[in-house]
Amino acid sequence: MSDVATTAAGQPLGTAASSRAEVTTTTRVQVRREAAPYASPYVAGVGIGVVLLLAFVLMGRGLGASGAFSSVVAAAVSTAAPSHAAGNEFYSRYLSDGAANPLRDWLVLEIIGVVIGGLASAVLAGRVRWTTERGAGITDRRRLVNAFVGGTAMGVGAKLARGCTSGLGLTGGATLSVGSWLFVIAAFVGAYATAPLLRRAWR
Amino acid sequence: MIGGAPFYEFGRFGEGTSLVIAVLLGIAFGWFLEQGGMGNARKLSGQFYLTDLSVLKLMFSAIVTAMLGLFWLSWAGLLDLSRVYVPETFIAPQVVGGLIFGAGFATGGLCPGTSCVAAATGRKDGLALIAGMLAGVFVFGEASPAIGQFADSTGRGAWTLPQAFGLSYGTVVGGIVAVALGAFAGAEWLERRAERPARPMKVVA
Repeated sequence: MSDVATTAAGQPLGTAASSRAEVTTTTRVQVRREAAPYASPYVAGVGIGVVLLLAFVLMGRGLGASGAFSSVVAAAVSTAAPSHAAGNEFYSRYLSDGAANPLRDWLVLEIIGVVIGGLASAVLAGRVRWTTERGAGITDRRRLVNAFVGGTAMGVGAKLARGCTSGLGLTGGATLSVGSWLFVIAAFVGAYATAPLLRRAWR
Repeated sequence: MIGGAPFYEFGRFGEGTSLVIAVLLGIAFGWFLEQGGMGNARKLSGQFYLTDLSVLKLMFSAIVTAMLGLFWLSWAGLLDLSRVYVPETFIAPQVVGGLIFGAGFATGGLCPGTSCVAAATGRKDGLALIAGMLAGVFVFGEASPAIGQFADSTGRGAWTLPQAFGLSYGTVVGGIVAVALGAFAGAEWLERRAERPARPMKVVA
């Protein structure tokens, strides 16, 4: 987990994609541990589908992600400025339990699980790296700025739409929600309209 | 004939147990996301340049699996579909929110869920994206008194595709399976095409 692995362009992706990855003329640094190749997206997808189905069967609700971010922000605002948070309809939605801790929330705990499960999988596969994933055309710093800006847009977009690729895309997709399918189509339109402007960031 | 699912909805266990289930399901969710390479922004962003369509394949596989499971369990009388939460529809904010979200997705290279996997496995860009998400949610929260009216507009409740198209549940399920299979075939074709970019385009004789 040292800085040796930060040559983003030369690092093995562990899939067929590595053969396609652009390699810069700089010397490739050997990564100490060989990363296992990623599983087939179909296999991983069916696995997630079974997890989603289990959520429906056990809980009557699906998976999500952006709701956990809302709880964290609402809790932070409520701690810093209690009356401001209480007077705001959006924050109040995530503080509705009154005295109860807003972080004692189903989605917050699910996301804690996601962090544990993702880390466990990467540790066993030798894929943990303290690095910045980017294309050869930009610096680490630029990539981090892009990630932050993209995250900010997704935060606004997900709250406007009341969900993200998990809560609307997967959960709403499987329950045939009209709004969810509209969101997913709009998201891919937005992504494909934006991607050409950022080609350098990934090549 | 209802067999008792969803169990939580029918009071088979309490809130404490539901939170333990949240962690366990989250662990499995995070595990499969990482296994599928979704914690890596470089792999994920291949979706937007049509070089690696793992995002589409993974999402459609997951949706079809869960959708068929729900369909069969309810058909067999083992699950009460009316007790399963359907995300509510708000047409205008979901289309506009989707466009903004998509632009952010292509810029950031990860989505909210996958950013947690990226960060957990040491990717600094995942951490930066999480910070951005929190900032974005805060911006929305502060702006919500002004834009709340738009965000709550064009509500249609728990509106489903079978209702919208006036088709049976089974017909829509079958249609989505067909679309997914077509999308898989298209994705494989695009990836094969992207794998040989070095060679010059064949000149049509």
